[in-house]
Amino acid sequence: MSATFETVAGIISETCDIPREKITPQSHAIEDLGIDSLAFLDIAFAIDKAFGIKLPLEQWTQEVNEGKAPAEQYFVLENLCKRIDDLVAAKVA
Amino acid sequence: MRLEYFEMIDQVESFDRAAKRIVTCSTVPAESPVFEGHFPGHPLVPGVLLTETMAQASGYLLLGLNHLTQMPFLMMVDKARFRTFVEPNAVLDVSAELVHEGSGYAATKAKIAIAGKPICDAELRFRLMPFPADMHVLMQARLKAIGLSPEAA
Repeated sequence: MSATFETVAGIISETCDIPREKITPQSHAIEDLGIDSLAFLDIAFAIDKAFGIKLPLEQWTQEVNEGKAPAEQYFVLENLCKRIDDLVAAKVA
Repeated sequence: MRLEYFEMIDQVESFDRAAKRIVTCSTVPAESPVFEGHFPGHPLVPGVLLTETMAQASGYLLLGLNHLTQMPFLMMVDKARFRTFVEPNAVLDVSAELVHEGSGYAATKAKIAIAGKPICDAELRFRLMPFPADMHVLMQARLKAIGLSPEAA
C-alpha cells in the first residue's frame, strides 16, 4: 500500500477513533467508515497540513450533489489517495 | 460587550488583510445576569463566553477576508487555555489570525489579553457555509457596528 494511504489511514484512525485495521484502500469513507461531513472536514484539515495541499472539498461535494461525479470517485480511500497524489504532484510541478 | 446577547466584540482596532489578522477590543460590563449565577457574590466571565469571544473575533476576521461571501460557524475548539480570571470592567484585547484556509472550512488561532497579560487562547476551526436567510444583512450591520466597514472587508 502507498505511503499516502498509510498517512491517510492513520489520520482517519486517529481523528475518528476508528481501529486502523478496519481501514482499507477499498473503504468508502462515508458508507463503510461512517464518517460524517463534519468529521470529514476534520480529516481534510489534517490531510491539508500533512501534504501541504488544499483538498477541493467544496468542488467535489458540488460535483457529487449535481450528479456529475459518483461519490466513490472521491470518498473511496484509494481514489482519495490518488487525488491527494495528483494535488501534491501539481504543487511540485 | 453584552454577554446575555452574545455581543462579545465592541470594536475592531485593526484588520490586516495581508497578515490575515484582526485585533479587537471589548469591555466586560460591570453588571450582567450572567454574573448572578457565575458566581453569586464573585462575578467572573465564564470560560465558555471567553471562548465565544475568541470565536467571534475569528468569525469577523473570516467574514472580512472572504468579503461576506460565506458565513463561518464554529465547529471545533482545540487547545483552549484559560490562564486567569476575568472580572467585570476588564478591558479585553481580543485578536485572531488565520492559520489555514481550507475548502469549506478555516482554522484560526485566537487569544485574549488584558494590558498585555495573556488571559486565554485557543485554536478554532470554522465551517464556511452559504448565509442562511437574512443573516447576511445581520452580519453586515454587525460589522458596521464594530467598525469593520464593508469597504475594508
